[in-house]
Amino acid sequence: MKIIEAIDVNAYYGDNHALTNINIEIKENTVTALIGPSGCGKSTFLRMLNRMNDYIEGFRNEGTLLIEGKDIYKKKVKLEDLRQHVGMVFQKPNPFPKSIYENVAYGLRIRGVKNEKEVEERVEKSLKKAVLWGEVKDSLDKSAYSLSGGQQQRLCIARTLAVKPSIILMDEPASALDPLSTAKIEELIAELREQYTIVIVTHNMHQASRVSDRTAFFYLGNLIEYGKTSDIFTNPKIKQTENYISGRFG
Amino acid sequence: MVTLDIELGSLKENLLEMLDLVKSQLAKSKKALEQVDIPLAQEVVEREKRVNALELLIDKDCENILALHNPVATDLRFVLSTIKIAGDLESIGDITKALARFIEKSGKKASRTFVDKFQIHSMIEICISMLTDMGEAIQKEDTHLAQKIAKKDSALNEINKNAPGVTSELIKANTDKIELILKLFTITRKLERVGDFIKNIGAEVVFHIEAKVLKHKKG
Repeated sequence: MKIIEAIDVNAYYGDNHALTNINIEIKENTVTALIGPSGCGKSTFLRMLNRMNDYIEGFRNEGTLLIEGKDIYKKKVKLEDLRQHVGMVFQKPNPFPKSIYENVAYGLRIRGVKNEKEVEERVEKSLKKAVLWGEVKDSLDKSAYSLSGGQQQRLCIARTLAVKPSIILMDEPASALDPLSTAKIEELIAELREQYTIVIVTHNMHQASRVSDRTAFFYLGNLIEYGKTSDIFTNPKIKQTENYISGRFG
Repeated sequence: MVTLDIELGSLKENLLEMLDLVKSQLAKSKKALEQVDIPLAQEVVEREKRVNALELLIDKDCENILALHNPVATDLRFVLSTIKIAGDLESIGDITKALARFIEKSGKKASRTFVDKFQIHSMIEICISMLTDMGEAIQKEDTHLAQKIAKKDSALNEINKNAPGVTSELIKANTDKIELILKLFTITRKLERVGDFIKNIGAEVVFHIEAKVLKHKKG
């Protein structure tokens, strides 16, 4: 079942037409990789999915962007609700200057969960889902900054999971990590796919091919090709896609 | 030009060199058979080592490209098809060596009449022609030519189909030369296999360029 649907979506930063007539459907419980050279519009599209671009001066958009059939750009949509539903993990791990426990509990507390037992349970569950529990269960009071970069990124994923989203957006989540930490994030993505829909922006072609079910190739603000990852990486239909994934441009 | 292009270009050169070598082995075998030239047959046997060495070199190049460059799409298909084409060429090399060994050991005993009856010269000629065209198809990435060559295989199949009848006829008339006649019959079988290998190479060229799998499909 489709969970995300873009219909003739256009985006602008002032005079810069960043996305042109994007039409795409993303099914639930899948991993979709958005690829393309810098400035192609993939991050703009990703950020539109939880309206992160709203704060950028001069940004405006046209078309319809549906999540579970609801237009997320309708005025009545509450951004806090949208962002609870559509979580985001950024390129650089950005834990809060708090303890490991409080980082994960933070989202629950600001959403009014006061029952400490419930908070405790959800923190533990989220850390387990983020495959971090085993490494931090005895040091939950320690500062999040005491963790390695890879652990911090998994902590940020746990923080996202705590508020029970259905979609997780990832903007190059492993680009600042070493190969071992990258492998852990990729394993985690494979596990999370069972329960969540994941949309990931990556410049790493091999990561896109390893972790995603479907791949969308963006170029100059256009969605050039979208299909099963195995097809895109073995037999792309468009020459531009082939040239990009084989490193011949971009 | 990206590094991968340089590596793929070098791989293609090695593959075409291997194809030319195998073709030259067949041409020399044909000449050795026609002229009962034993030293030439021995040269073919000796040069088969070079065919094997090229296969190993191509395998190593493919392994390095896969490990170091992670090719995708057309590039990946080229590497995969090259591994198989090199294997097919090596098998043709083995058959050519077997033919050369026959000439070395029995060439003087094999009368021109027997060889002609089995149409062995024609078979080798067809194989050489198929390999020449296949080299061009690989060089120019011409899938139309690659598939057209595969159709020449039917001429080899036809000759091979008649071989049991020829064998039976010759044995009846030459009971003292049964072993020699059976050896010639075996050679026709092997040359028919050469046609199959070249047909497989054609299917690999189509897989590389068009991502279509022709293997195990009739026609």
